[in-house]
Amino acid sequence: MGFDQYHEPPEELPPATRTFARLCASLTEEAEAIGWYEQRIAVETDPEAVAVMRDAQGEEFKHFSMDLEFLLRRSPAWREIAEGVLFQPGDIVEHGEEAEADTLEAGGADGEAGYPAGSLGIGSLKGARR
Amino acid sequence: MNHLLRSLAPISDSAWKELDDEARERLAPALAARKLVDFSGPHGWDHSATNLGRAVALDSAPCDGVTAAQRRVLPLVEVRAHFELSLSELRDIDRGADDADLGPLDRAAHQIAVSENTAVFHGWQGVMEGIAEASPHEGITLGNQPDAYRRPVAAAVERLLHSGISGPYGLALGGEEYKRVVEGAEHGGYPLLEHLRKILDGPIIWAPGVGGAVVVSLRGGDFVFESGEDLSIGYEGHDAATVRLYLEESFSFHVATPEAAVPLA
Repeated sequence: MGFDQYHEPPEELPPATRTFARLCASLTEEAEAIGWYEQRIAVETDPEAVAVMRDAQGEEFKHFSMDLEFLLRRSPAWREIAEGVLFQPGDIVEHGEEAEADTLEAGGADGEAGYPAGSLGIGSLKGARR
Repeated sequence: MNHLLRSLAPISDSAWKELDDEARERLAPALAARKLVDFSGPHGWDHSATNLGRAVALDSAPCDGVTAAQRRVLPLVEVRAHFELSLSELRDIDRGADDADLGPLDRAAHQIAVSENTAVFHGWQGVMEGIAEASPHEGITLGNQPDAYRRPVAAAVERLLHSGISGPYGLALGGEEYKRVVEGAEHGGYPLLEHLRKILDGPIIWAPGVGGAVVVSLRGGDFVFESGEDLSIGYEGHDAATVRLYLEESFSFHVATPEAAVPLA
């Protein structure tokens, strides 16, 4: 079993950061799957096969959205920036720059990764040996 | 800025990081309950109650022709451990000092961990029921001799198996009991700690605040610690020499399967 989602030694990471990393990996996998279905649908000529794959891609849209919402709930700064960018009409890059400036330069959220601002990010310790 | 008001404190970013790291380091070894029960959340400071999925019929109703019931919920409690730190010590952290006196923070961390363990394992009168008091199993005598610990622990495991509660199992030991186990070597020198681990197929946890010991199933779904705001440091006020801070959390604890634990005393 691989643990490629960890960039640092897992045993040195707090549980909240390990959970955060797992969901980041899951988000990546869902985005990849969406892209793969998009390519398959683009070249498929059988309408029935296209319908099946469109349904499957819809599942991946749902999974991606759930992963994203989880991560945004656990990362106040990310959420604040996302709120300035997502579902906004107009220039995407401009919104991104503004949201980043508003969030980070104004002090933004300062919580432990994956937890609300000010939290020590301890969470569950189940699995400890002593 | 949220209700912790951290940005109002006369504390630099590097000193805040030192305080958070110190608190995390002191809390993690002592938070025994989180090593043995399910953890749900954190659901946020504005999360106020745990849904118990139950309702109580009401004797009265707003008008004739209807019946009424009221939902039962378990309100979260807020727990705070206050402490004061010297501002000059915090300034020394900014200068690179690695031996700042953070004793008051260490003591507050220990106290809030003890309060969490006590509430989970022994309950909080009128507020929440703990694991040991909820257990329908008669307590097993642990005694004062560590050499004799393996029999009561094995008996507790057998009692759980007999009740259909599968493992692995964990053992929460009060401070004195933990010391006895760690020091104990049975005849032939085999460490008692290792022997107990084999019986339990799970961890042996130092649990300050626990009186005696408790064997619990780790299969999941039996005990739920619901966190609103997880442990955080907040700001209360300051004068020219000291800053007043606090460690805080909000939580509820609910026993879903009382028979999934056996107390030992």
